[in-house]
Amino acid sequence: MVIEFHLDGRSGVAPYLQLIHQVRQALRLGLLREGDQLPKVKDVVAGLAINPNTVLKAYRELEYEGLVAARPGIGTFVTGTLGGSSLAAHGPLRRDLQRWLAKARRAGLDDESIEALFINTFRSAAEEDIA
Amino acid sequence: MTAVLETRGLGKRYRRLWALSDCTLSIPAGHVVGLVGPNGAGKTTLLNLAAGLLLPTTGTAEVLGGPPPANPAQLARLGFLAQDAPVYAGLSVADHLRLGADLNPRWDEELARHRIERLDLDLGQKAGKLSGGQRAQLALTLAIAKRPELLLLDEPVASLDPLARREFLQDLMEAVAEQDLSVVLSSHLIADLERVCDYLIVLVGSRVRVAGPVEELLATHHLLSGPRRDPATLPAGQQVISASHTDVQTTLLVRTSDPVLDPAWTVSEVGLEDLVLAYMSQAAGPGRRNHHLGVQK
Repeated sequence: MVIEFHLDGRSGVAPYLQLIHQVRQALRLGLLREGDQLPKVKDVVAGLAINPNTVLKAYRELEYEGLVAARPGIGTFVTGTLGGSSLAAHGPLRRDLQRWLAKARRAGLDDESIEALFINTFRSAAEEDIA
Repeated sequence: MTAVLETRGLGKRYRRLWALSDCTLSIPAGHVVGLVGPNGAGKTTLLNLAAGLLLPTTGTAEVLGGPPPANPAQLARLGFLAQDAPVYAGLSVADHLRLGADLNPRWDEELARHRIERLDLDLGQKAGKLSGGQRAQLALTLAIAKRPELLLLDEPVASLDPLARREFLQDLMEAVAEQDLSVVLSSHLIADLERVCDYLIVLVGSRVRVAGPVEELLATHHLLSGPRRDPATLPAGQQVISASHTDVQTTLLVRTSDPVLDPAWTVSEVGLEDLVLAYMSQAAGPGRRNHHLGVQK
């Protein structure tokens, strides 16, 4: 068992999209690798009390994106990666970020301010890229 | 896909009161259908008609391709769990399994035993001594081990505590995933339905107000808000389900298959709960704004 799904009932995001997002996230963070099996539909359904079609739809969508493939009668397996070669860079980047976070806290920023500053900087950087 | 339940002009009258009127539905196989509406809307009547426990006053119903169960062969393909999960209080859990095995030609003994074991039910225990959740699980075990193609459940989780409710729905969904099973379940707990149902029927005041795949319903209903406006001036394709106005502002829930292009409106998506409530208040009329629709999370 590599990953376990969870659902946020209040997020307003459709359950199948939440499942897709969680798989993509796990691929990005290297929690899921090529060859890994996604949770069986039966187990997801029994765990979350959701409609089987919701899970099937999420898996179909992931298959369409080329990230997983279904082997009939066996299960659904990861065939693609997200982030790919950049995974190796995660470690050093994470350490940089940790150092930066520590600095921000020393400067007296609370969680909300840190988040706001990060999102704001991230967005303006993205806009500059486009322009 | 074939219909598991098809009704045309179906109606049932008790003396002078119509419990269900002019009900026309076609529910394709492979769905988990939520039947919602306030108490007394006709949910139980519809399920009883489908199960063949009641005869219609008007119209026709077809279940799994034939009239509601008239013969044992068709009865074997249909499961029905009445309100409050009735079990025989004086019989033990083992007795219930024996009954199930004797009465149902497609009985799956292994599945039944496996479920009872997993639920940790004592075979010697009298059903009358079980908790509400255990009773519901025993009744569900019988209904699932019968291996029906269509399972009708009348308010299966209404009387259960949140944990028992979740466990019941988990097991029901597991059965749907493993067997080729279509389900129609009535409930007034929208939060539960939102997770498990992919098809919805809203029944209010003995009439079907809306029915269809959940995804399609959510995609064709929109919440519009903007400057005050008479709903009569909307484009022909936009059907107003509910409307509220202040001096300056109008908020509408409309059903339309076309995109809403008028820039005066702020368009937002609707959730299942808002959608159901809108149909219920529409049916109740402007005089009644508060509904007894439980929204438990």
